[in-house]
Amino acid sequence: MAIVTPLKTAAEQQLAQQYADAKAELPGGPAVRKLREDAFAGFEAKGLPHRRLESWRYTDLRTLLREARPLADGVKATDAVKARLAALKLDGLRLVLVDGVFAAELSDLDGIPEGVSVQSLADALVSPREDLTRILSGPSVGADDTGLMLNTALMRDGVFVEIADGVELAKPVVIVSLSSGVEERSVFHRSAVLAGAESKATVVEVSETAGDAAQQINGAIVIETGDGSEIQHIRLVTRQAAASVQVQSLLATIGAQAKFDSFALVCNAGTVRQQHFVRYAGEHSEMGLRGVNLLGGSEHSDVTLVVDHEVPHGTSRELFKSIIGGEATGVFQGKVIVRPHAQKTDGGMKSNALLLNEGASMFNKPELEIFADDVVCGHGATVAQIDGDQLFYLMARGLPRPQAEALVLQAFAGEAAEFIADESVRELVMSEVEAWLAAREANSQVSTV
Amino acid sequence: MLEIRNLVVKIADEDKQILNGLNLTVNDGEVAAIMGPNGSGKSTLSYVIAGKEDYEVLEGEILLNGENVLEMEADQRAAAGIFLAFQYPLEIPGVATMTFLKAAMNAQRKARGEAELLTPDFIKQVNAAADKLGIAKDMLRRPLNVGFSGGEKKRMEILQMALLSPSMCILDETDSGLDIDALRIVAEGVNALRDKSRGFLVITHYQRLLDHIVPDTVHVMSQGKIVRTGGKELALELEKSGYASYGEAA
Ligand SMILES: Nc1ncnc2c1ncn2[C@@H]1O[C@H](COP(=O)(O)OP(=O)(O)OP(=O)(O)O)[C@@H](O)[C@H]1O
Ligand SMILES: [Mg+2]
Repeated sequence: MAIVTPLKTAAEQQLAQQYADAKAELPGGPAVRKLREDAFAGFEAKGLPHRRLESWRYTDLRTLLREARPLADGVKATDAVKARLAALKLDGLRLVLVDGVFAAELSDLDGIPEGVSVQSLADALVSPREDLTRILSGPSVGADDTGLMLNTALMRDGVFVEIADGVELAKPVVIVSLSSGVEERSVFHRSAVLAGAESKATVVEVSETAGDAAQQINGAIVIETGDGSEIQHIRLVTRQAAASVQVQSLLATIGAQAKFDSFALVCNAGTVRQQHFVRYAGEHSEMGLRGVNLLGGSEHSDVTLVVDHEVPHGTSRELFKSIIGGEATGVFQGKVIVRPHAQKTDGGMKSNALLLNEGASMFNKPELEIFADDVVCGHGATVAQIDGDQLFYLMARGLPRPQAEALVLQAFAGEAAEFIADESVRELVMSEVEAWLAAREANSQVSTV
Repeated sequence: MLEIRNLVVKIADEDKQILNGLNLTVNDGEVAAIMGPNGSGKSTLSYVIAGKEDYEVLEGEILLNGENVLEMEADQRAAAGIFLAFQYPLEIPGVATMTFLKAAMNAQRKARGEAELLTPDFIKQVNAAADKLGIAKDMLRRPLNVGFSGGEKKRMEILQMALLSPSMCILDETDSGLDIDALRIVAEGVNALRDKSRGFLVITHYQRLLDHIVPDTVHVMSQGKIVRTGGKELALELEKSGYASYGEAA
C-alpha cells in the first residue's frame, strides 16, 4: 500500500488548499486536468523541495516559504505596472503577463509578424492539440522536480508562441512578466515557444515586480527548437523585493543541427532559483547556457541545470559568472549527462565567481555523468576575489578604486553576454549590469566618505 | 620634485624588509637613472612610490612637491602627477584599450577639477600619440594588453604616459622586451616629454637605453639602498665592472 506522507508545513498545507480551491477553474481540458492532478499528487508525495534533495541542496524552499501567499487573481494593471512597461525600452513583439495572466490590452498584438502565432496559454490549454501535454511536460530530466510539478498543477496562464518553419524574426519576441506587487501574492505561469525548422529568433523574458510587495513566483518556459533553427533565449530577472522568492524553469528540447542559446541575468531579485532542463532531440546541435548573477545584501541565486545529451554529436557550453557581495549566496549546480550512444559529444562547463567581501559565498557543484566513451567533456569552477594587481594597475592610472573595480567587474560579467546576437538585447543586458555596478560604486563612495 | 628620505619598507604580510633606509631626490627637469642588481629593490621602490598596497612603510617619507604621498591612495598619487610605467604591465581582459584610456584620462581630469574630454578630442589625442609610438590602431581596440607582445605592452605604457602627462615619470625596465627600433622609438617618445617641469626616474640594467635617454644623474641601488650617485659616466663604469664592489656577487 502506498503511503503518502502528509504535507506538513504551513506553506504545503496552504498550497494544497489553494489547489483544491482553484483546480475547477484552472484552464485545460481532460488531458491537462490529468497532467495537473498527477503533478499535484507528485508534489503531495514529496512536499516542497528541501536541502536533503540533492538537486535542491543549497536552496531549501521548505524553509524559505514559511507561508504560501494567496494565488494572484486577475490582471492588476496599476499605474506602476504601466510606468514600468513604458520604461522598458526594448523593441520587438511585446507580450505582457500581469500577475501571471496574459494582458492582451498591454501587449502588442497588432505587431505580430507573419509566420508567428500567439495565443494565451489559457486558450492553448483548452485547444484540441494532441501534442499539448507532451509539449508542456518538457525534457524527462525535469519530470521529478517538485518545483516544476507545482507549476504544472497551478499554472494559470502565459503565452503560447509558434514560429513557423523558415521564419526569421528581425526583432525579438519580448515576454514581459510583471507582478503588480500591490500585495504579497503567488503566481504560477508558464509560456511556450515552438520554433519551427530553420527558423531564427530571439526570445526575451523579463520578470519584474512593479510594486513593493514581495512575490512568490513560479514561472516556466518551454522551448522547442526545430531542425536547423537558431534560437536565443534571454532572461532578465530583476526588480524584486528582497523577500521575494522565485523559481524559474527552462524546459528546452533542441532539434537537429540547431543552435540554441539561453542567457539569464539575475540582479536585485531577492531569492531566485533557476533550473534549466535541456534535451537534445537531434544530432549535430550546439547549445549554450550562460548567465550573470549580481548579488548583494542577503540575496540568493541558484542556477541548477541538467543537460541531457541523448544523441551523438551534440555540443554544449555553460558559462556562469557571479559577482557576490554582502551576505549573498550564489549556487551553481550543473549536470551534463552523456547517454551511452551519444558519441562525439563535446561539453564544456564553467562557473566563475568573484566574492567581493567576507560573508559572501558561492557553492559550485559541476557534475559529468558520461556513459559514452568517445566524448570530450570538461568543467571548471573558480571562486576568487578581484585581482589586486589588476586593480592597482588601473588605480595607478588614476581610476578611483570603485571605478577600477567596476571596470574589472563589468568585463568579468560581460564575457557571458558577448554571444547575444541581438544588439538591442545585449545592450539592455549590459546596461542593467552597468546600473548595478554604478549603484554599488555609489554606495561604496558614500561609505568611504 | 620627488624627495625620498630614509625609506624603510617591508612586505606587508611577510617579515621581509626590502628597502633599508633609502634616500633619493629627483628634481624637476632631471632624468635620474637607477641601476642595480636583480632583487635589489628597484621595482619595489617604484611600487611604493606609486602606492601599491602589498608593502608596509616602516620609516621615512616620500614627498612630491613637498606633499606626503604616503597618505594618498594610488589613484590620488596618479592625479598628483606620479606615473609608473610597469616592468610587467597587467593584462585586463574584457576592457577595451580605448575605454580604459578614456576612463583614466577623465578620472585624472575630474580629480583636478577639469571638465571631461569630448570624444572627438580624445580620439584625436590618442591617434596622434599612437602614431608617434608606432602603435597600430587595431591594438587600441583590443582588450588592454591582452595578448600584446612584450614590446607592445611597453609601448602602450609610454602611450599612457604621453596621454596622462604626469610630472614624475617612473620607468621600470621599459627597455626590456623592446627590439632595437622600438627602443629608439620609445626613447624618442620619452625625450619628447622631457621638460623643465617634469622629472624622470629611469630604472634599467643597460647602458643601451641611456645612450638614447641621456640621464643627468645615475644612482646605484644595492640591497635596498642607494649606495652611489654620479653622472652619466657612472653607467659606463658599471657596464664594465659590474656590481661586485657594491657588496653584491658579480
Ligand atoms: N610581494 C613580494 N613577496 C615576497 N617577496 C617580494 C615581493 N616583492 C618583492 N619581493 C622580493 O624583494 C626583492 C626585491 O624585488 P624587486 O622586484 O624590487 O627587485 P628589482 O631590483 O626590481 O629586481 P629586477 O632587476 O630583477 O627587476 C626580491 O628579493 C623579491 O623577491
Ligand atoms: Mg624590477
